Amino acid sequence: MAAIRKKRKAFVESADCVACGCCVKVCPKGALQIVKGITAQVDMEKCVGCGKCAKECPASVIRIGEVEA
Amino acid sequence: MKKKWYDYLWIFSLAYLLLGFFNILFAWLGLICFFVPLIISLTKGTKGYCSREGGRGQLFGLLGGRFGLSRRKDIPGWMKSKAFRYGFLIFFFAMFFQMLWNTYLVFSGTQGLRQVVTLLWTFKLPWQWAYHGILFHEGAAQFAFGFYSVMLTSTVLGLITMVLFKPRSWCVYCPMGTMTQLICKVKNRS
Ligand code: SF4
Ligand code: SF4
Ligand code: SF4
Repeated sequence: MAAIRKKRKAFVESADCVACGCCVKVCPKGALQIVKGITAQVDMEKCVGCGKCAKECPASVIRIGEVEA
Repeated sequence: MKKKWYDYLWIFSLAYLLLGFFNILFAWLGLICFFVPLIISLTKGTKGYCSREGGRGQLFGLLGGRFGLSRRKDIPGWMKSKAFRYGFLIFFFAMFFQMLWNTYLVFSGTQGLRQVVTLLWTFKLPWQWAYHGILFHEGAAQFAFGFYSVMLTSTVLGLITMVLFKPRSWCVYCPMGTMTQLICKVKNRS
């Protein structure tokens, strides 16, 4: 049986996101988008969990977590 | 990512601040970066300006990021709280309307032109070297002094939080950013 593979992904705490778009600019995969000018949203398909956005986010509302692949 | 034309708008922001040292009337140009984000949020209901054109944000990103003038620490919780962000927005607007009021007083002739740039709403810096007379009413010059004060103050605040926290910390409590996000929230509620 194959071991459960885990993948790293970015998660945005939407409530505290200021929608500044800093994360959109740094994401190498174009996985981030500001939805309706309210909050950032991660495209789980595109995100590779590199953590660049989390480092850049001035409000520090992005967390890199693991999900089962 | 490939650089686009708007990735160079930080040059505009920098030039703007420098021009204000030579001729205060250039301050009027700042209205562009005041109205463009508002119009984008009102018409399109997005904060596209911040993620693309926002020259101010780019400037901080460049200085704090590329040049490493930032400690890259998390911003304290209270500074990103809604209370602080909305509070700062209200304070900022109160100061803005006071500035408009002063402009009005000069237009109406009640008050003479005051050639000062007010930093952080407190410190009055003599700025007469950047004033060489005006073809229009002196009130238009008063507005330039006032508007430049607003821009310089926000830049100084932004630079301080850039050094202390992350490069674009200013964006967290930037009144324009907060306001456009609010507009988007209201507009997209339905
Ligand atoms: S950088 Fe942070 S605060 Fe800004 S849009 Fe992205 S998640 Fe939101
Ligand atoms: S973790 Fe990397 S790939 Fe995923 S959204 Fe953030 S910057 Fe983009
Ligand atoms: S949040 Fe303010 S400073 Fe940051 S990009 Fe938007 S308008 Fe510019």
